Amino acid sequence: MTLSSQHSLRFELNGAARDMTVPAHHRLIDLLRDELGLTGTKEGCSVGVCGACSVLVDGQLLSACLLPAIFVDGTRVTTIEGLAPDDGHLTALQDAFIRHGGFQCGICTPGQIIAATALLDANPRPTADEVRAWMMGNLCRCTGYYKIVESVLAAAEAGPAAVIRQAIGVR
Amino acid sequence: MRPFELHQANSLAEVLALLDQYGGDDVHLMAGGTSLILLMNLGLVEPARVISLRRVAELQGISALPDGGLEIHALATHRQGELSAAVHAYCPALATTFGHVATVRIRNQGTIGGNIAHADPAQDPPPMLIALDAQVVLRSTSGERVVPLDEFFVDYLTTTLQPGEVLTSIRLPALAPGTRATYQKFLPRTHDDYATVSVAATLRLDGDGRCADVRVALGGAAGVPVHARAVEDALRGEVPTDERIAAAAALVLDVVDPPNDARGSATYKRRMARVWTERALLSLRDQSNGGHG
Repeated sequence: MTLSSQHSLRFELNGAARDMTVPAHHRLIDLLRDELGLTGTKEGCSVGVCGACSVLVDGQLLSACLLPAIFVDGTRVTTIEGLAPDDGHLTALQDAFIRHGGFQCGICTPGQIIAATALLDANPRPTADEVRAWMMGNLCRCTGYYKIVESVLAAAEAGPAAVIRQAIGVR
Repeated sequence: MRPFELHQANSLAEVLALLDQYGGDDVHLMAGGTSLILLMNLGLVEPARVISLRRVAELQGISALPDGGLEIHALATHRQGELSAAVHAYCPALATTFGHVATVRIRNQGTIGGNIAHADPAQDPPPMLIALDAQVVLRSTSGERVVPLDEFFVDYLTTTLQPGEVLTSIRLPALAPGTRATYQKFLPRTHDDYATVSVAATLRLDGDGRCADVRVALGGAAGVPVHARAVEDALRGEVPTDERIAAAAALVLDVVDPPNDARGSATYKRRMARVWTERALLSLRDQSNGGHG
């Protein structure tokens, strides 16, 4: 059994510089979840279809399950853990997903919010059809998608500013 | 995924030297990685060595050629093709075709050269590129070959690419003024799916309303993208009436050989290949002459 070659990797992850060594066969999802403990990014289908592993690399939406880890050398990677500026705030999208019921079981939610972040970055005021077209690669088996589209449109209307994190009562 | 040795080449010369050094079936080239990593994840491909093309500057970008043609370098992503001003100026239907590939996530990573070298016959760009008379440029240490795209595909996931060769770019000739183009993707399921069948076509009418140039190619219709020459021969020089288009479209039944799969039976796809060929040709005939739309 051959061993993988090892490669040095320097990149920025959620605002912090990282300097690591990775074997050639590790994907970005392996690096995030197994090496770094950032388990917000989920592995669903492992073939680039479901969107649960969505991440931003230099602002571009990508599937961490199909991306060799070494491909992020020299880039800026953002995961769900890195969206909010601090523990006291949420992004407008995170807030809207909570307020508008944009999730139920939650497994697809980090990918949904990452994908929607890339959408609003490229197109701050999308139509409902544009939201559906962009988000079609992020599968959800709970919501029926209506609440996800509603959440994204609400976040677009609220604008890009982070909002103060508030406890939302559960009855 | 099985461990492997990765080489991150920094130039085309380095890629070719590595291919010569390690030639054979146990070395794979990786462009965007979407297809190769997927196949390696599933254990269907287990190369001992992978050469990454990602850092090779010569393989990047899309550029208009001085003669009015277009050169798409192998590592241009589908997303770049979808948004490129040069692609839109050359043929808006080609940009639309790149936008049909999977989802934006995959289009951001998957490359146009990688797509062609992977030779999946259900993919969107190959039929449109064949309808636009594309050629692929293949480089090795012994020189350069330029191959018409419709001769590049041999069988399912199989091409004429030889060990030691790299697909470096796709070249498209200038389109004659007034050439119309369309890509029709029959998608009964979700928008990010493979086509059940797809049809790409170009048409140019002469001053008398006869077909001066016509090209038709289909995706998902056989083990390779199908260049439907019989359809073209039946229309060239003729006025494209409804009857002539219907008769010409029926000739695809002789050249398609689709697989039975989750997107339909072979019989159904054969019938849909005829229907969508007819629709594509009618839509081109009836397009007001708005450039290369």
